Amino acid sequence: MNGAPRAFSAGRVYAMVLRYVYLLRRSWPRILELAYWPTMQMILWGFITQFLVGHSAWLAQASGVLLAGVLLWDVMFRGQLGVSTVFFEEMYSRNLGHLFASPLRPYELVLALLTISLIRTLIGVGGAALLAIPLYHYSIFDMGLPLLAFFVNLLVMGWAIGLLVSAMVLRYGLGAENLAWVAIFAVAPVSGIYYPVSVLPDWLRVVADLLPASHVFEGMRAVLIEQRFRLDLLVNAVLLNVVYLALGVAVFLSVFRAARRRGLLLNVGE
Amino acid sequence: MSATVIRVEALTKHYQQVVAVEDLDFTVTTGSVCGLLGGNGAGKTTTLSMLLGLLLPSAGSISVLGADMLRERHRVLGRMNFSSPYVDLPHRLTVAENLGVYARLYGIRRRAERLAQLGADLDIGDLMHRAYGNLSAGQKTRVGLAKALLNAPELLLLDEPTASLDPDTADRMRRYLMEYKAQSGATVLLASHNMLEVERLCDDVIMMRAGRIVDRGAPSALLARYGRQTMEDVFLDIARERDAGTRRAAP
Repeated sequence: MNGAPRAFSAGRVYAMVLRYVYLLRRSWPRILELAYWPTMQMILWGFITQFLVGHSAWLAQASGVLLAGVLLWDVMFRGQLGVSTVFFEEMYSRNLGHLFASPLRPYELVLALLTISLIRTLIGVGGAALLAIPLYHYSIFDMGLPLLAFFVNLLVMGWAIGLLVSAMVLRYGLGAENLAWVAIFAVAPVSGIYYPVSVLPDWLRVVADLLPASHVFEGMRAVLIEQRFRLDLLVNAVLLNVVYLALGVAVFLSVFRAARRRGLLLNVGE
Repeated sequence: MSATVIRVEALTKHYQQVVAVEDLDFTVTTGSVCGLLGGNGAGKTTTLSMLLGLLLPSAGSISVLGADMLRERHRVLGRMNFSSPYVDLPHRLTVAENLGVYARLYGIRRRAERLAQLGADLDIGDLMHRAYGNLSAGQKTRVGLAKALLNAPELLLLDEPTASLDPDTADRMRRYLMEYKAQSGATVLLASHNMLEVERLCDDVIMMRAGRIVDRGAPSALLARYGRQTMEDVFLDIARERDAGTRRAAP
């Protein structure tokens, strides 16, 4: 009945993704919640854009720069939440013991979390992006291929933060779950979502340079305002993301091992 | 001579100053049903968790189905399984969805067939499309057993396998486990507080107290050694720290 054990099984990853899809499908409020916040943000910033476009020469150059910023920021935020909140589901349901007494490997769980995060982000931000077309006659998809590069990089940074948050909650218990909703905002001011990083003080620009998101948003403005694609910024973002994602996975796996030492896989809670 | 399925040597688990289990040595042979018996906090669940690799020991070694569980547990996890009232399944998924996900995790090919078979055997066929969270405690226990049997394990670790079941259902589950064991030749290690269950199912019993093994033997041998009629009385003697020698001398 059982196949030979394999170090990696796409079937096991698929099983976990299927489980998360079942969870999502079972709860329409959760599906609604995925799209609710990105849509509200998009509507709010759409009106702000409409107001400011007549009052700001900078914004008049590219009226979509704020809407693109808010939608892409939500890619990162949804990407992070897609990893951490789904992992919390395993803790809420006290299911980790069953999962890790099965042949499932921790890195297969990580891959499943990243996959469901992609699905949830596409549902959440995709809906808002499509709604912006009739509401504000703005299509983020007009950016073309650079949009894909921005999307992937922000999603990966969201994943890295999501894994770090999940690791912290596994280590310190569900009492720390609010980290999922606040952690990412620590990098928002230095990511240059709505303004160029050149407005930051020098010491904060150093911090911004270390974040993939700031390179992505600078790249976004170059595409929208200067109509040119900055490959140097993309390379910076990709290289930083490799480091961040590797760090996120390493910390998660390390905390997972510590959880086996402390008995946390069976006794999850506050 | 029977092969050894579980070999535990000098197994110890400390949580800082708290000793959960200390210096356990035991083996379990193929095809046997071994009971882990002890009061609350005796270390039964801790021992089962370490056998599954869910908990890392502070010291000692564990070999299960020939694999060193500290280094290569993934080599054998697909050949074993467990059920425990301390671990749950996602409440919003249906029983069929939950079991289907685990069937995939264990690499079972004919999933629908296996689920239908277990549904009939454990009398959970009618529950398959109900949300797991809406089941009664007894129904959840049966679903937990179905999950534990999905991969037809060679080694079954059961923590309180008939907890929350009414006497009739518990009896049927015990019969089913015995049939499964007879047909498959599986080895079973069960932790239980139900002395009747232990007497009925176990060939061998490991008695634990405060994280240590304090006695071991077949139920009949333990009854004789403690001069008792039931395993419950043996359990009480051990829990109240009266060993076989002092028990005979006691009024």
